Amino acid sequence: MGLSGAEMRAPAIDFRGSAIIGGVTVFEDLCLAIPAGQWTCLLGPSGVGKSTLLRILAGLDEDIGGNRTVSTNDNIGLDGRVALMAQQDNLMPWLTVRDNVLLGSRVRREPADMARADLLIVQVGLADHGHKKPGALSGGQRQRVALARTLMEDRPVVLLDEPFSALDARIRAEMQELAARLFAGRTVCLITHDPGEAARLGETVYVMGRSGLTAIEPPPTPVIRPYDAPDVLACQGQLLRLLRELP
Amino acid sequence: MTRLLAVGAVVGIFIGLWQALVVLADLPAFILPSPMRVGQALWANAELIAGHAMVTLTEVLIGLGLGAVLGAATAIGLALSPLARLVVRPMMVLSQALPVFALAPVLTLWLGYGLGPKVIMALLIIYFPVTSAFFDGLMQTPRGMLDLGRVMQGRRWQIMRHIRIPAAIPGLASGLRLAAVYAPIGAIIGEWVGASQGLGYLMLLANGRAKIDLMFAALLVLAVMTLLLHLGVDRLCSYVVRRQER
Repeated sequence: MGLSGAEMRAPAIDFRGSAIIGGVTVFEDLCLAIPAGQWTCLLGPSGVGKSTLLRILAGLDEDIGGNRTVSTNDNIGLDGRVALMAQQDNLMPWLTVRDNVLLGSRVRREPADMARADLLIVQVGLADHGHKKPGALSGGQRQRVALARTLMEDRPVVLLDEPFSALDARIRAEMQELAARLFAGRTVCLITHDPGEAARLGETVYVMGRSGLTAIEPPPTPVIRPYDAPDVLACQGQLLRLLRELP
Repeated sequence: MTRLLAVGAVVGIFIGLWQALVVLADLPAFILPSPMRVGQALWANAELIAGHAMVTLTEVLIGLGLGAVLGAATAIGLALSPLARLVVRPMMVLSQALPVFALAPVLTLWLGYGLGPKVIMALLIIYFPVTSAFFDGLMQTPRGMLDLGRVMQGRRWQIMRHIRIPAAIPGLASGLRLAAVYAPIGAIIGEWVGASQGLGYLMLLANGRAKIDLMFAALLVLAVMTLLLHLGVDRLCSYVVRRQER
């Protein structure tokens, strides 16, 4: 697939502000700059508000208090320009793989683009599984379906909340490569616990702690980087050290 | 096959105990007739009992159908509208404080001796369990699925239709399983209060005329009917739930 309209319009995103859930401040005065059309990785321990930040960007923030602004460099809001993929595949067990990929058009009552769905199912390597239901698939295959469903939405901004963390190491590496290829050109924000993942995929890398964000210089090579390249391993080590030194 | 054998064994043991009780306690036939006598009464009055059973079955099935549809619709309405939850839910819970049995005479007064009040009794008795089981299911849609629907900019009703309702089918199924057992209770109470047909009516009639064997025969038919209904609904529900994921 060539560059589609969505990729051309991928915006840079700027977040500033705070989040309060149930009277507890999750973070305050946080500034996050997400460059256009690149992979931005947010690395950090549990409970510092990474997922909260992602929910805000996804527009799922009606239960989240605080003051904040989300702006884009093209001055168009993020509504309807975001696709979300989480750690859970969130596949509908009653729909086939193909119908899961087409879920977006169903809930929006739009005509379904079957040909594109089938193409994406082939691209994620599930050519023979389109008619199956998720119960018949392995965890890795299910996450591939979720990937195809995310791509089907064809949104310029993609928010990934630890999408590969439940997979075993080999499949995780495969999925990272597949996602890097298929999401190329979009503005991607990836939340992860895994320093290795951030070192492979991040074009901008932040470590998020209780006191805010620290920007880390990723290796200069283009993504996706080989997991065993010396600069990737060095970056992975540096990220892990930083994570451990967080207050 | 083993299942069939097991059912046969249970029935055999039940009849054996019944016969033993009659013989050992030397019970007179007007207190507890022997299985044999009840069997004879069943055989001799087969046509009569079948006629009344059909009436009761009709009441139960219509009540079950209407109650399921109304209960499911109410659950969806409640799940869609916070205002409806605020207003209707307390009313529903309060209405459960009123025993449905107490309404039977009122319904007979208003609607006469025909099918109507029995159907409504059956409906009323299953309405709450169906609504409440399905509603709980609808409110427990996994959060990730709902997030997905919202980020996809799904419309409220489409998210209900494509995500929340399918996810709540197991809840509806457990409500319907209960309903299959409750519905006959409603119909029989309705018949006791005022009827000219039905198994409940036949039991009262037989009791009044000291035809205790006939009364037990009607009771037996009622029990078997309820059991089969429960089994049928259970099978249907299990099939639909299993089918969803295969």
